[in-house]
Amino acid sequence: MLSFLDFEKNIAELEGKLQELKHLSDIGDIKIADEVSRLQVQIERALKTTYGKLSAWQKVQVARHPERPHCVDFIDTLIEDFTPLSGDRTFSDDAAIVGGLGRFRGRSIVIIGQEKGHDTDTRVKHNFGMPRPEGYRKAIRLMKLADRFKLPVVTLVDTPGAYPGIGAEERGQAEAIARSIETCLSLSQPIVSVVIGEGGSGGAIALAAANNVMMMEHAVYSVISPEGCASILWRSAEHAEEAAEALKLTSQNLLKLGVINSIIPEPLGAAHRAPKEAINMVGNSISEALNELQAQDESVVKRLRRERFLTIGDDALTT
Amino acid sequence: MNWLKNYVRPKIRALVEKENIPDNLWKQCQSCEQMIFHRELEAAHNVCPHCNHHMRLAAKKRLETLFDHGVFETVQLAGLKGDPLKFRDKKRYTDRLKDSRNTTGEDDALIVAHGKMGGNAVIVAIMNFSFMGGSMGIALGKGLISAARLAVLKESPLIAITSSGGARMQEGILSLMQMPRSIIAVNEVKEAGLPYITVLTDPTTGGVSASFAMLGDIAIAEPGAVIGFAGARVIEETIRETLPEGFQRAEYLLEHGMIDRVVHRHELRDELIRINAILKNTNSAKIVPIASSNKSSKYINQEREAAE
Ligand SMILES: [Zn+2]
Repeated sequence: MLSFLDFEKNIAELEGKLQELKHLSDIGDIKIADEVSRLQVQIERALKTTYGKLSAWQKVQVARHPERPHCVDFIDTLIEDFTPLSGDRTFSDDAAIVGGLGRFRGRSIVIIGQEKGHDTDTRVKHNFGMPRPEGYRKAIRLMKLADRFKLPVVTLVDTPGAYPGIGAEERGQAEAIARSIETCLSLSQPIVSVVIGEGGSGGAIALAAANNVMMMEHAVYSVISPEGCASILWRSAEHAEEAAEALKLTSQNLLKLGVINSIIPEPLGAAHRAPKEAINMVGNSISEALNELQAQDESVVKRLRRERFLTIGDDALTT
Repeated sequence: MNWLKNYVRPKIRALVEKENIPDNLWKQCQSCEQMIFHRELEAAHNVCPHCNHHMRLAAKKRLETLFDHGVFETVQLAGLKGDPLKFRDKKRYTDRLKDSRNTTGEDDALIVAHGKMGGNAVIVAIMNFSFMGGSMGIALGKGLISAARLAVLKESPLIAITSSGGARMQEGILSLMQMPRSIIAVNEVKEAGLPYITVLTDPTTGGVSASFAMLGDIAIAEPGAVIGFAGARVIEETIRETLPEGFQRAEYLLEHGMIDRVVHRHELRDELIRINAILKNTNSAKIVPIASSNKSSKYINQEREAAE
């Protein structure tokens, strides 16, 4: 059973009615069948209007939806022969970042991403997608491995942010993130990133200093969580809705700001309503991006990636 | 391209600044609670003469303590025009900028200066904490790129002196993008075979620590400086435990292997001169044991000046 968000009350009601009728329609009444299709049209219309004009704060809710497909779902669907790789060779393995070797539509790749988990056990195991330094150091190791074997890197970004903890700080959370960004920028092979849910601050950019950065339609990507921003600038987390709006964290805004290359559309009512379809649409976009990048001369891939970042935001400056 | 803005003569500056002597001539040290006469504190570059507590030091003042004879030139940097996100919290971003520009007399939170240190040219990129908490936005990222390119052009080391609460929220995602941009900048210096040295001062946190600040070839910190990624309050709220003594302080980071050295403010100039001379491996650089660093590096310094 799908969980509904606050702003989906009318959709939830229609869905409830529909489920009831569907039970009855087993009997085979034609009138009921008519009513079912009428309701289905209504639901579709309601989804279209609601999801066509989501506010920034509503997008944050959608991006965090518990049933939204997560990194492991993308890997399951898109990657053949997936071979997970573990550990930073220094301290431990951090399950908040998963990654490994695999084949994506015929080509060998290294895939890396943050995983949030889908129930209590897996959420705890993956630390709600909040990596510690070991996670970033594993990512660094995997990216370097990819480069050595001339494999492209695909990253899937979905994290509330890097984990704020004593051990994480002691083991150099800041250094690990900085080094991970540096590694992204140093690769001679293409790297493609997709923000699939929540792109939370430094914890996200650590895996997203890529040649091509895309966002799913209802994903968000921000320098700070709306709650965090509100508690600093408005002195109360209750202003999160205003903060979300002010931060311009939606895919539509980021495309306008020149921070992302493209938006990957989601099925009607967002990815959690049709995960397989959503995942395959992301697969298509990754495939296109890789085709384009792999057609480039190998010597320019790194330079183009750096130039991409060097020019972001430049038009906001005096010369 | 107009790199050079103003030539600063410290003595003239000092004369001008005497006009605004604060009413309160005594300042209390937050650490030992002793009262310090303002002139004494100023002469000690804001280090408590009783307990060595390092208080924050204005960017321009610090530059005067580092360059030979306190002489340096600042570089004209690209500034932010307008407000890319039209950001407004309780206050408009443009008003916050205006306030900071008025109180600091600077355009943004980074000053790039060049001059001689121990007779050798260096580029210093220093953050100004009093400008919106030293926060990193587009202009600051661009300033670091300019500093790096100037270092490469002049074949000089780049010294980054940080003090920042992190990314500038009012520039949203564009401020986050300064993390990769600043890293590209310092890597241009490294790839040119030049030293990139960081001096982490209080505080260096958030997106600044998680980018160029933590990537120095050599990382120096000031005593007691708070350095870390997450804020102490956020960590406490997340783990619901009290934090260990000295957590995220420079000495704590040194103990955990995150920085190379903790250096007293009064020894910072000598330290930088010595490190750059050793890295440069020039004939004039006498390699001296670190134990007697103070005297020896001063000696090197005098020798340099004599040779000029
Ligand atoms: Zn004191």
